[in-house]
Amino acid sequence: MTAAVEFIDVSCRIGNQPILRNLNLSVAPGETLVLLGRSGSGKTTALKLINALLFPSEGEVRVNGAATVSQDPIRLRRQVGYVIQDVGLFPHFTIGRNVGLVPELQGWAPGRIRERVKELLETVGLPESEFSHRYPRQLSGGQRQRVGIARALAADPAILLLDEPFGALDPVTRIELQDHFLALRSLTPKTTVFVTHDVQEALRLGTKIGLLNEGRLELLTTPKGFLSQKGGVAAQFLACLSTGEVR
Amino acid sequence: MSPALVQDLITLTIEHIFLVVISVFIAALIAIPAGILLSRRQPLRRWLLGLTNIVQTIPSLALFGFLIPIPWIGGIGKRTAILALVLYALLPIVRGTLTGILGIDRAVRESAVAMGMTPKQLLWMVEMPLAVPVILSGIRVATVTSVGTATIAAAIGGGGLGVFIFRGIASVDSTLLLAGAVPAAFIALVSDGGLGWIERRLSPAY
Repeated sequence: MTAAVEFIDVSCRIGNQPILRNLNLSVAPGETLVLLGRSGSGKTTALKLINALLFPSEGEVRVNGAATVSQDPIRLRRQVGYVIQDVGLFPHFTIGRNVGLVPELQGWAPGRIRERVKELLETVGLPESEFSHRYPRQLSGGQRQRVGIARALAADPAILLLDEPFGALDPVTRIELQDHFLALRSLTPKTTVFVTHDVQEALRLGTKIGLLNEGRLELLTTPKGFLSQKGGVAAQFLACLSTGEVR
Repeated sequence: MSPALVQDLITLTIEHIFLVVISVFIAALIAIPAGILLSRRQPLRRWLLGLTNIVQTIPSLALFGFLIPIPWIGGIGKRTAILALVLYALLPIVRGTLTGILGIDRAVRESAVAMGMTPKQLLWMVEMPLAVPVILSGIRVATVTSVGTATIAAAIGGGGLGVFIFRGIASVDSTLLLAGAVPAAFIALVSDGGLGWIERRLSPAY
């Protein structure tokens, strides 16, 4: 089976600044890879290489078997759902139009879009009748982030990219949305790359964890494997876990 | 005021409004696309904004004077007056367009691109609707300034309420002077209020 996403000897410089060095990894279809790392470790850059917002300086990123440089970026991006921490909902569109935007760009019939929007809003726990006509500003942070996820899922993309989607939320809402994410995943499995600096989140959501440090992939393992790490950056992250939790 | 004066006043007021409306309209046709272009070309931005800034600093009476000897576009009359007014109106509208587009939340722009919008869709579905209020405020500033500057158009035969003002200065007739200045101020106030109202109407209901 071909990997859904594959990095082959990828290096990426922005200006003269090397951001990623010799990255090799692959994500199997349906898998959730969590890229864990500190700020500035290159996580977001790695994510942007997947939906052609950035291109590698060296090496190749393959999505569904083909190099991103050889694909039409517009088509590629419409097949990849993308959620960022600041959500980036369009303030001048209603929630309904926000969620239905990618289908709209792809030219779906209005009736079909409405149905899809309704279905998606219900899935993320926002009743359509109550939320569809509202504007993003009228929603709370957690609600906006749900809308962001619904929007990313709208055209049923094969791949989902999430960049610290729950980073700005209060801890209770964060756990709630993590649960939602897990429920969604069991409903419709999607290849997911999830960026976070929260080790607890990584352990909860990942089927695999990739640890990035200063642009290098230090470790690629299962959550279980990650927990058994004794040294290095992984141990630093695990230390946060035991101080962060009341036992 | 004699009936003849009233008749003149009406004609000149209409002429004045015509000068302003046509100039701001032409300026908007040039300045909005220029502002969009500048939002995409950073090196060009400083260069062109500097140029429009310089135009803005030329004293208006001098600019009207400079334009007279230029062949084709210069000379005496309305055309030259309109050209000068267009030059003055460019900067506020370019700036408004640029500020409006550059002021859009980075996350909004990034997710628009990441969702697979083409550059055209990004412009028409996201950037323009969000920038419209700021562009309009640039147009408002341009309009109000033009109403004032247009009084000088009379100096080169452009007509408008300046005719009364210059005639009033020449004949030391303050009634005539006021007959030019008061309606001009009134037009400025009304256009400011009117455009401000439209701006608010088009501003986010969200």
